[in-house]
Amino acid sequence: MDWELMWDSLPRLLGAMPLTLLLVFAALFFGAGVAFATALLRLSGNRVAETLTAAYVFVFRGTPLLVQIFLIYYGLGQFEAVRDSFLWPMLREPMWCAILALTLNTGAYTSEILRGAILSVPLGQVEAARACGMSRVLTFRRIVLPVAIRQMLPAYGNEMILMVKASSLASTITMLEITGLARKIISQSFAVFEIFILAGAIYLLLNFLAARFIKYTEWRLTPYLRARA
Amino acid sequence: MTIAVSVSSFTLGILFGSAGAAAKLSHSLILNGIAELYTTVVRGVPELLVIYLLFFGGSGMIMAVAGIFGYDGYIEINAFSIGVASVGLISGAYSTEVIRGAVQSVPFGQIEAARACGMSRWLILRRVLVPQTLRYALPGLGNVWQLTLKDTALISVTALAEIMRVAHVAAGSTRQPFLFYTTAAVLYLLLTTVSTVAFEQAERRANRGVRRA
Repeated sequence: MDWELMWDSLPRLLGAMPLTLLLVFAALFFGAGVAFATALLRLSGNRVAETLTAAYVFVFRGTPLLVQIFLIYYGLGQFEAVRDSFLWPMLREPMWCAILALTLNTGAYTSEILRGAILSVPLGQVEAARACGMSRVLTFRRIVLPVAIRQMLPAYGNEMILMVKASSLASTITMLEITGLARKIISQSFAVFEIFILAGAIYLLLNFLAARFIKYTEWRLTPYLRARA
Repeated sequence: MTIAVSVSSFTLGILFGSAGAAAKLSHSLILNGIAELYTTVVRGVPELLVIYLLFFGGSGMIMAVAGIFGYDGYIEINAFSIGVASVGLISGAYSTEVIRGAVQSVPFGQIEAARACGMSRWLILRRVLVPQTLRYALPGLGNVWQLTLKDTALISVTALAEIMRVAHVAAGSTRQPFLFYTTAAVLYLLLTTVSTVAFEQAERRANRGVRRA
Protein backbone atom coordinates (compact mmCIF):
# COMPACT_ATOMS: atom_id res chain seq x y z
CA MET A 1 0.00 0.00 0.00
CA ASP A 2 1.32 3.37 -1.03
CA TRP A 3 -0.28 5.62 1.53
CA GLU A 4 1.37 8.75 0.22
CA LEU A 5 -0.05 8.24 -3.24
CA MET A 6 -3.47 7.60 -1.76
CA TRP A 7 -3.28 10.80 0.24
CA ASP A 8 -2.09 12.79 -2.79
CA SER A 9 -4.83 11.42 -5.04
CA LEU A 10 -7.61 12.11 -2.59
CA PRO A 11 -8.08 15.78 -3.54
CA ARG A 12 -8.08 14.88 -7.23
CA LEU A 13 -10.72 12.21 -6.78
CA LEU A 14 -12.77 14.49 -4.57
CA GLY A 15 -12.50 17.06 -7.34
CA ALA A 16 -14.41 14.63 -9.57
CA MET A 17 -17.20 14.35 -7.04
CA PRO A 18 -19.16 17.41 -8.27
CA LEU A 19 -19.50 15.80 -11.70
CA THR A 20 -20.79 12.56 -10.19
CA LEU A 21 -23.21 14.51 -8.02
CA LEU A 22 -24.32 16.59 -11.01
CA LEU A 23 -25.06 13.42 -13.00
CA VAL A 24 -26.95 11.88 -10.10
CA PHE A 25 -29.00 14.94 -9.26
CA ALA A 26 -29.80 15.78 -12.86
CA ALA A 27 -30.88 12.19 -13.51
CA LEU A 28 -32.97 12.04 -10.34
CA PHE A 29 -34.55 15.43 -11.04
CA PHE A 30 -35.51 14.76 -14.66
CA GLY A 31 -36.19 11.11 -13.84
CA ALA A 32 -38.73 12.12 -11.23
CA GLY A 33 -40.57 14.15 -13.86
CA VAL A 34 -40.51 11.28 -16.34
CA ALA A 35 -41.62 8.85 -13.64
CA PHE A 36 -44.49 11.07 -12.56
CA ALA A 37 -45.80 11.42 -16.09
CA THR A 38 -45.31 7.71 -16.81
CA ALA A 39 -47.03 6.57 -13.65
CA LEU A 40 -50.01 8.86 -14.29
CA LEU A 41 -50.33 7.71 -17.90
CA ARG A 42 -50.00 4.10 -16.82
CA LEU A 43 -52.93 4.54 -14.43
CA SER A 44 -54.91 6.80 -16.75
CA GLY A 45 -57.25 4.14 -18.09
CA ASN A 46 -56.39 5.13 -21.66
CA ARG A 47 -55.49 1.93 -23.54
CA VAL A 48 -52.92 3.47 -25.87
CA ALA A 49 -51.15 5.43 -23.15
CA GLU A 50 -51.07 2.40 -20.90
CA THR A 51 -49.55 0.16 -23.54
CA LEU A 52 -46.95 2.72 -24.53
CA THR A 53 -45.80 3.40 -20.98
CA ALA A 54 -45.82 -0.30 -20.12
CA ALA A 55 -43.57 -0.93 -23.11
CA TYR A 56 -41.23 1.88 -22.06
CA VAL A 57 -40.93 0.50 -18.54
CA PHE A 58 -40.49 -3.05 -19.81
CA VAL A 59 -37.70 -2.14 -22.21
CA PHE A 60 -35.74 0.03 -19.80
CA ARG A 61 -36.01 -2.36 -16.91
CA GLY A 62 -35.19 -5.38 -19.04
CA THR A 63 -31.97 -4.16 -20.60
CA PRO A 64 -28.66 -3.28 -18.98
CA LEU A 65 -27.97 0.40 -18.43
CA LEU A 66 -24.72 0.04 -20.34
CA VAL A 67 -26.66 -0.93 -23.47
CA GLN A 68 -28.89 2.11 -23.04
CA ILE A 69 -25.93 4.45 -22.62
CA PHE A 70 -24.12 3.06 -25.67
CA LEU A 71 -27.31 3.09 -27.71
CA ILE A 72 -27.82 6.77 -27.02
CA TYR A 73 -24.19 7.87 -27.23
CA TYR A 74 -22.96 5.81 -30.16
CA GLY A 75 -26.22 4.68 -31.73
CA LEU A 76 -28.12 7.91 -32.28
CA GLY A 77 -25.27 9.53 -34.18
CA GLN A 78 -25.71 6.99 -36.94
CA PHE A 79 -28.75 8.75 -38.34
CA GLU A 80 -28.52 11.77 -40.61
CA ALA A 81 -31.80 13.04 -39.25
CA VAL A 82 -30.45 13.14 -35.71
CA ARG A 83 -27.20 14.75 -36.78
CA ASP A 84 -29.04 17.48 -38.66
CA SER A 85 -31.58 18.14 -35.96
CA PHE A 86 -31.36 20.95 -33.45
CA LEU A 87 -30.75 18.38 -30.70
CA TRP A 88 -27.41 17.31 -32.11
CA PRO A 89 -25.27 19.84 -30.22
CA MET A 90 -26.64 18.28 -27.05
CA LEU A 91 -26.58 14.63 -28.12
CA ARG A 92 -22.99 15.05 -29.27
CA GLU A 93 -21.87 15.69 -25.72
CA PRO A 94 -21.26 12.63 -23.54
CA MET A 95 -22.58 14.66 -20.62
CA TRP A 96 -26.08 15.00 -22.03
CA CYS A 97 -26.10 11.43 -23.30
CA ALA A 98 -25.23 10.15 -19.86
CA ILE A 99 -27.88 12.31 -18.23
CA LEU A 100 -30.46 11.25 -20.80
CA ALA A 101 -29.71 7.54 -20.36
CA LEU A 102 -29.68 7.74 -16.57
CA THR A 103 -32.89 9.79 -16.61
CA LEU A 104 -34.77 7.36 -18.81
CA ASN A 105 -33.48 4.43 -16.75
CA THR A 106 -34.37 5.82 -13.35
CA GLY A 107 -37.63 7.16 -14.76
CA ALA A 108 -38.73 3.65 -15.67
CA TYR A 109 -37.87 2.20 -12.27
CA THR A 110 -39.26 5.14 -10.31
CA SER A 111 -42.53 5.11 -12.24
CA GLU A 112 -43.11 1.55 -11.08
CA ILE A 113 -42.34 2.54 -7.49
CA LEU A 114 -44.71 5.48 -7.76
CA ARG A 115 -47.42 3.40 -9.41
CA GLY A 116 -47.25 0.84 -6.62
CA ALA A 117 -47.41 3.61 -4.03
CA ILE A 118 -50.41 5.26 -5.65
CA LEU A 119 -52.21 1.94 -5.86
CA SER A 120 -51.51 1.31 -2.19
CA VAL A 121 -53.42 4.39 -1.06
CA PRO A 122 -56.50 3.02 0.72
CA LEU A 123 -59.64 3.44 -1.35
CA GLY A 124 -61.51 4.58 1.75
CA GLN A 125 -59.43 7.76 1.89
CA VAL A 126 -60.19 8.57 -1.73
CA GLU A 127 -63.88 7.90 -1.12
CA ALA A 128 -63.84 10.11 1.95
CA ALA A 129 -62.21 12.91 -0.03
CA ARG A 130 -64.79 12.56 -2.75
CA ALA A 131 -67.55 12.60 -0.15
CA CYS A 132 -66.14 15.91 1.11
CA GLY A 133 -66.71 17.28 -2.37
CA MET A 134 -63.10 17.41 -3.52
CA SER A 135 -62.52 17.42 -7.25
CA ARG A 136 -60.35 14.71 -8.81
CA VAL A 137 -57.34 16.97 -9.09
CA LEU A 138 -57.73 18.20 -5.54
CA THR A 139 -58.11 14.66 -4.23
CA PHE A 140 -54.97 13.65 -6.04
CA ARG A 141 -52.98 16.63 -4.85
CA ARG A 142 -54.12 16.67 -1.24
CA ILE A 143 -54.81 13.01 -0.44
CA VAL A 144 -53.33 10.51 -2.87
CA LEU A 145 -49.98 12.11 -3.63
CA PRO A 146 -48.84 12.88 -0.08
CA VAL A 147 -49.73 9.39 1.11
CA ALA A 148 -48.10 7.81 -1.94
CA ILE A 149 -44.90 9.80 -1.55
CA ARG A 150 -44.58 8.73 2.05
CA GLN A 151 -45.24 5.17 0.98
CA MET A 152 -42.61 5.12 -1.75
CA LEU A 153 -39.76 6.63 0.27
CA PRO A 154 -37.90 3.42 1.26
CA ALA A 155 -38.00 2.07 -2.29
CA TYR A 156 -37.02 5.45 -3.68
CA GLY A 157 -34.04 5.50 -1.32
CA ASN A 158 -32.82 2.30 -2.96
CA GLU A 159 -33.27 3.92 -6.34
CA MET A 160 -31.17 6.92 -5.27
CA ILE A 161 -28.36 4.63 -4.17
CA LEU A 162 -28.63 2.70 -7.44
CA MET A 163 -28.29 5.99 -9.30
CA VAL A 164 -25.11 6.92 -7.42
CA LYS A 165 -23.69 3.57 -8.45
CA ALA A 166 -25.04 3.80 -11.99
CA SER A 167 -23.36 7.15 -12.54
CA SER A 168 -20.06 5.27 -12.64
CA LEU A 169 -21.12 3.87 -16.03
CA ALA A 170 -20.77 7.35 -17.48
CA SER A 171 -17.03 6.69 -17.33
CA THR A 172 -17.46 4.29 -20.26
CA ILE A 173 -18.40 7.18 -22.52
CA THR A 174 -15.36 9.25 -21.66
CA MET A 175 -16.85 11.17 -18.73
CA LEU A 176 -14.25 11.91 -16.07
CA GLU A 177 -16.36 11.42 -12.97
CA ILE A 178 -15.02 9.52 -9.97
CA THR A 179 -14.61 6.15 -11.72
CA GLY A 180 -13.34 7.71 -14.92
CA LEU A 181 -10.79 9.82 -13.10
CA ALA A 182 -9.73 6.84 -10.99
CA ARG A 183 -8.98 4.93 -14.18
CA LYS A 184 -7.02 7.86 -15.54
CA ILE A 185 -4.91 8.16 -12.40
CA ILE A 186 -4.29 4.41 -12.48
CA SER A 187 -3.11 4.51 -16.06
CA GLN A 188 -0.52 7.07 -14.93
CA SER A 189 0.53 5.49 -11.64
CA PHE A 190 -0.32 1.77 -11.97
CA ALA A 191 -1.54 1.80 -8.37
CA VAL A 192 -4.70 -0.23 -8.96
CA PHE A 193 -5.66 -1.06 -5.41
CA GLU A 194 -4.89 2.25 -3.77
CA ILE A 195 -6.93 4.33 -6.18
CA PHE A 196 -9.89 1.97 -6.60
CA ILE A 197 -10.18 1.50 -2.85
CA LEU A 198 -10.15 5.25 -2.45
CA ALA A 199 -12.82 5.67 -5.14
CA GLY A 200 -14.87 2.91 -3.54
CA ALA A 201 -14.66 4.68 -0.20
CA ILE A 202 -15.96 7.90 -1.74
CA TYR A 203 -18.93 6.04 -3.24
CA LEU A 204 -19.60 4.35 0.10
CA LEU A 205 -19.61 7.74 1.78
CA LEU A 206 -22.04 9.15 -0.80
CA ASN A 207 -24.36 6.18 -0.40
CA PHE A 208 -24.14 6.36 3.36
CA LEU A 209 -25.18 10.00 3.24
CA ALA A 210 -28.02 9.21 0.85
CA ALA A 211 -29.27 6.46 3.14
CA ARG A 212 -29.14 8.77 6.17
CA PHE A 213 -30.98 11.46 4.26
CA ILE A 214 -33.77 9.07 3.30
CA LYS A 215 -34.01 7.76 6.86
CA TYR A 216 -34.32 11.30 8.15
CA THR A 217 -36.97 12.26 5.60
CA GLU A 218 -38.91 9.14 6.44
CA TRP A 219 -38.72 9.99 10.12
CA ARG A 220 -39.92 13.52 9.44
CA LEU A 221 -42.84 12.38 7.30
CA THR A 222 -44.14 9.73 9.67
CA PRO A 223 -44.65 11.55 12.96
CA TYR A 224 -47.67 9.35 13.75
CA LEU A 225 -45.49 6.23 13.81
CA ARG A 226 -43.11 7.56 16.42
CA ALA A 227 -43.60 6.26 19.92
CA ARG A 228 -45.77 8.67 21.83
CA ALA A 229 -43.87 10.06 24.75
CA MET B 1 -21.35 -16.61 -23.47
CA THR B 2 -23.59 -14.20 -21.61
CA ILE B 3 -25.63 -17.13 -20.34
CA ALA B 4 -22.53 -19.06 -19.30
CA VAL B 5 -21.19 -16.08 -17.38
CA SER B 6 -24.56 -15.35 -15.79
CA VAL B 7 -25.20 -18.92 -14.71
CA SER B 8 -21.71 -19.42 -13.30
CA SER B 9 -21.67 -16.14 -11.45
CA PHE B 10 -25.20 -16.64 -10.15
CA THR B 11 -24.20 -20.06 -8.80
CA LEU B 12 -21.08 -18.58 -7.28
CA GLY B 13 -23.25 -15.80 -5.90
CA ILE B 14 -25.57 -18.29 -4.22
CA LEU B 15 -22.57 -20.01 -2.65
CA PHE B 16 -21.25 -16.68 -1.39
CA GLY B 17 -24.76 -15.76 -0.34
CA SER B 18 -25.30 -18.93 1.67
CA ALA B 19 -21.94 -18.52 3.35
CA GLY B 20 -22.67 -14.85 4.00
CA ALA B 21 -26.12 -15.58 5.38
CA ALA B 22 -24.73 -18.34 7.60
CA ALA B 23 -22.05 -15.95 8.85
CA LYS B 24 -24.61 -13.22 9.50
CA LEU B 25 -26.87 -15.56 11.43
CA SER B 26 -24.09 -17.17 13.43
CA HIS B 27 -23.40 -16.05 16.96
CA SER B 28 -19.75 -15.31 16.25
CA LEU B 29 -19.09 -11.57 16.35
CA ILE B 30 -16.15 -11.86 13.97
CA LEU B 31 -18.14 -13.73 11.32
CA ASN B 32 -20.99 -11.25 11.76
CA GLY B 33 -18.62 -8.36 11.25
CA ILE B 34 -17.00 -9.84 8.17
CA ALA B 35 -20.33 -10.60 6.51
CA GLU B 36 -21.67 -7.16 7.39
CA LEU B 37 -18.59 -5.52 5.90
CA TYR B 38 -18.87 -7.64 2.76
CA THR B 39 -22.51 -6.81 2.04
CA THR B 40 -22.16 -3.13 2.92
CA VAL B 41 -19.08 -2.54 0.82
CA VAL B 42 -20.09 -4.55 -2.22
CA ARG B 43 -23.61 -3.17 -2.26
CA GLY B 44 -22.43 0.39 -1.69
CA VAL B 45 -19.75 0.51 -4.37
CA PRO B 46 -20.55 0.66 -8.09
CA GLU B 47 -20.43 -2.72 -9.85
CA LEU B 48 -18.13 -1.30 -12.48
CA LEU B 49 -15.58 -0.44 -9.80
CA VAL B 50 -15.58 -3.99 -8.42
CA ILE B 51 -15.04 -5.37 -11.90
CA TYR B 52 -12.23 -2.93 -12.63
CA LEU B 53 -10.60 -3.74 -9.30
CA LEU B 54 -10.56 -7.47 -9.97
CA PHE B 55 -9.70 -7.05 -13.63
CA PHE B 56 -6.71 -4.79 -13.14
CA GLY B 57 -5.74 -5.96 -9.68
CA GLY B 58 -6.83 -9.58 -9.75
CA SER B 59 -3.71 -11.20 -11.12
CA GLY B 60 -1.54 -9.05 -8.89
CA MET B 61 -3.55 -10.22 -5.92
CA ILE B 62 -3.23 -13.88 -6.89
CA MET B 63 0.49 -13.47 -7.55
CA ALA B 64 0.94 -11.90 -4.13
CA VAL B 65 -0.80 -14.86 -2.53
CA ALA B 66 1.24 -17.29 -4.64
CA GLY B 67 4.37 -15.39 -3.64
CA ILE B 68 3.70 -16.20 0.00
CA PHE B 69 3.69 -19.87 -0.93
CA GLY B 70 7.00 -19.49 -2.71
CA TYR B 71 5.86 -19.28 -6.31
CA ASP B 72 6.90 -16.18 -8.16
CA GLY B 73 6.14 -16.82 -11.79
CA TYR B 74 3.69 -14.71 -13.71
CA ILE B 75 0.11 -15.83 -13.36
CA GLU B 76 -2.51 -14.64 -15.78
CA ILE B 77 -6.16 -15.29 -15.20
CA ASN B 78 -8.49 -15.35 -18.16
CA ALA B 79 -11.22 -12.80 -18.55
CA PHE B 80 -13.92 -15.39 -18.00
CA SER B 81 -12.81 -16.30 -14.47
CA ILE B 82 -12.36 -12.65 -13.56
CA GLY B 83 -15.79 -11.81 -14.87
CA VAL B 84 -17.42 -14.69 -13.05
CA ALA B 85 -15.55 -13.89 -9.86
CA SER B 86 -16.49 -10.22 -9.85
CA VAL B 87 -20.13 -10.63 -10.82
CA GLY B 88 -20.39 -13.58 -8.45
CA LEU B 89 -19.03 -11.41 -5.67
CA ILE B 90 -21.64 -8.74 -6.40
CA SER B 91 -24.54 -11.12 -6.77
CA GLY B 92 -23.38 -12.91 -3.61
CA ALA B 93 -23.80 -9.76 -1.56
CA TYR B 94 -27.40 -9.37 -2.70
CA SER B 95 -28.10 -13.10 -2.28
CA THR B 96 -26.81 -12.91 1.28
CA GLU B 97 -29.58 -10.55 2.25
CA VAL B 98 -32.24 -12.52 0.37
CA ILE B 99 -31.20 -15.83 1.93
CA ARG B 100 -30.87 -14.33 5.40
CA GLY B 101 -34.39 -12.96 5.19
CA ALA B 102 -35.70 -16.31 3.95
CA VAL B 103 -34.01 -18.29 6.71
CA GLN B 104 -35.42 -15.93 9.30
CA SER B 105 -38.92 -16.32 7.94
CA VAL B 106 -38.97 -20.05 8.61
CA PRO B 107 -41.15 -20.32 11.72
CA PHE B 108 -39.08 -21.21 14.76
CA GLY B 109 -41.72 -23.69 15.93
CA GLN B 110 -40.83 -25.98 13.03
CA ILE B 111 -37.22 -26.15 14.11
CA GLU B 112 -38.28 -26.85 17.65
CA ALA B 113 -40.59 -29.58 16.42
CA ALA B 114 -37.79 -31.14 14.37
CA ARG B 115 -35.54 -31.02 17.39
CA ALA B 116 -38.27 -32.63 19.48
CA CYS B 117 -38.40 -35.45 16.92
CA GLY B 118 -34.73 -36.05 17.64
CA MET B 119 -33.31 -34.75 14.37
CA SER B 120 -29.64 -33.80 14.41
CA ARG B 121 -28.58 -30.29 13.43
CA TRP B 122 -27.55 -31.39 9.93
CA LEU B 123 -30.75 -33.27 9.38
CA ILE B 124 -32.79 -30.24 10.43
CA LEU B 125 -30.80 -28.09 8.03
CA ARG B 126 -31.27 -30.52 5.17
CA ARG B 127 -34.86 -31.61 5.70
CA VAL B 128 -36.55 -28.58 7.25
CA LEU B 129 -34.57 -25.39 6.87
CA VAL B 130 -33.21 -25.58 3.32
CA PRO B 131 -36.40 -26.66 1.53
CA GLN B 132 -38.43 -23.96 3.27
CA THR B 133 -35.79 -21.30 2.77
CA LEU B 134 -35.67 -22.10 -0.91
CA ARG B 135 -39.36 -21.44 -1.22
CA TYR B 136 -39.20 -18.11 0.60
CA ALA B 137 -36.05 -17.03 -1.18
CA LEU B 138 -37.24 -17.77 -4.71
CA PRO B 139 -38.80 -14.36 -5.55
CA GLY B 140 -35.79 -12.51 -4.14
CA LEU B 141 -33.36 -14.78 -5.96
CA GLY B 142 -35.30 -14.11 -9.14
CA ASN B 143 -34.52 -10.41 -8.72
CA VAL B 144 -30.88 -11.18 -8.05
CA TRP B 145 -30.76 -13.27 -11.21
CA GLN B 146 -32.09 -10.36 -13.29
CA LEU B 147 -29.48 -8.08 -11.73
CA THR B 148 -26.75 -10.62 -12.44
CA LEU B 149 -27.86 -10.94 -16.03
CA LYS B 150 -27.64 -7.20 -16.54
CA ASP B 151 -24.37 -6.89 -14.64
CA THR B 152 -22.73 -9.26 -17.10
CA ALA B 153 -22.99 -6.46 -19.65
CA LEU B 154 -20.41 -4.62 -17.57
CA ILE B 155 -17.89 -7.42 -18.05
CA SER B 156 -17.59 -6.31 -21.65
CA VAL B 157 -15.04 -3.78 -20.38
CA THR B 158 -12.68 -6.72 -19.78
CA ALA B 159 -12.91 -7.69 -23.46
CA LEU B 160 -14.76 -10.93 -22.74
CA ALA B 161 -16.83 -11.74 -25.81
CA GLU B 162 -20.32 -11.64 -24.36
CA ILE B 163 -23.31 -9.95 -26.01
CA MET B 164 -22.29 -6.40 -25.21
CA ARG B 165 -18.68 -6.82 -26.30
CA VAL B 166 -19.66 -8.42 -29.58
CA ALA B 167 -22.16 -5.64 -30.22
CA HIS B 168 -19.49 -3.05 -29.46
CA VAL B 169 -16.97 -4.61 -31.84
CA ALA B 170 -19.55 -5.13 -34.57
CA ALA B 171 -20.77 -1.57 -34.17
CA GLY B 172 -17.23 -0.30 -34.50
CA SER B 173 -16.39 -2.25 -37.62
CA THR B 174 -19.63 -1.75 -39.52
CA ARG B 175 -20.38 1.80 -38.37
CA GLN B 176 -23.93 0.83 -37.58
CA PRO B 177 -23.95 1.22 -33.80
CA PHE B 178 -27.70 1.73 -33.55
CA LEU B 179 -28.50 -1.56 -35.25
CA PHE B 180 -26.12 -3.63 -33.16
CA TYR B 181 -26.90 -2.06 -29.82
CA THR B 182 -30.60 -2.46 -30.53
CA THR B 183 -29.99 -6.13 -31.29
CA ALA B 184 -28.11 -6.45 -28.01
CA ALA B 185 -30.98 -4.77 -26.17
CA VAL B 186 -33.49 -7.12 -27.77
CA LEU B 187 -31.39 -10.15 -26.78
CA TYR B 188 -31.22 -8.96 -23.17
CA LEU B 189 -34.96 -8.32 -23.17
CA LEU B 190 -35.51 -11.83 -24.44
CA LEU B 191 -33.31 -13.29 -21.72
CA THR B 192 -34.99 -11.32 -18.94
CA THR B 193 -38.47 -12.14 -20.21
CA VAL B 194 -37.73 -15.83 -20.46
CA SER B 195 -36.24 -15.90 -16.98
CA THR B 196 -39.21 -14.01 -15.53
CA VAL B 197 -41.50 -16.71 -16.89
CA ALA B 198 -39.18 -19.46 -15.68
CA PHE B 199 -39.05 -18.06 -12.17
CA GLU B 200 -42.83 -17.72 -12.08
CA GLN B 201 -43.11 -21.38 -12.99
CA ALA B 202 -40.57 -22.36 -10.34
CA GLU B 203 -42.42 -20.32 -7.74
CA ARG B 204 -45.69 -21.96 -8.60
CA ARG B 205 -44.06 -25.36 -8.28
CA ALA B 206 -42.39 -24.49 -4.98
CA ASN B 207 -45.66 -23.20 -3.59
CA ARG B 208 -47.79 -26.11 -4.69
CA GLY B 209 -48.21 -27.21 -1.09
CA VAL B 210 -49.43 -23.82 0.11
CA ARG B 211 -53.13 -23.22 0.38
CA ARG B 212 -54.42 -19.90 -0.77
CA ALA B 213 -57.61 -18.34 0.41
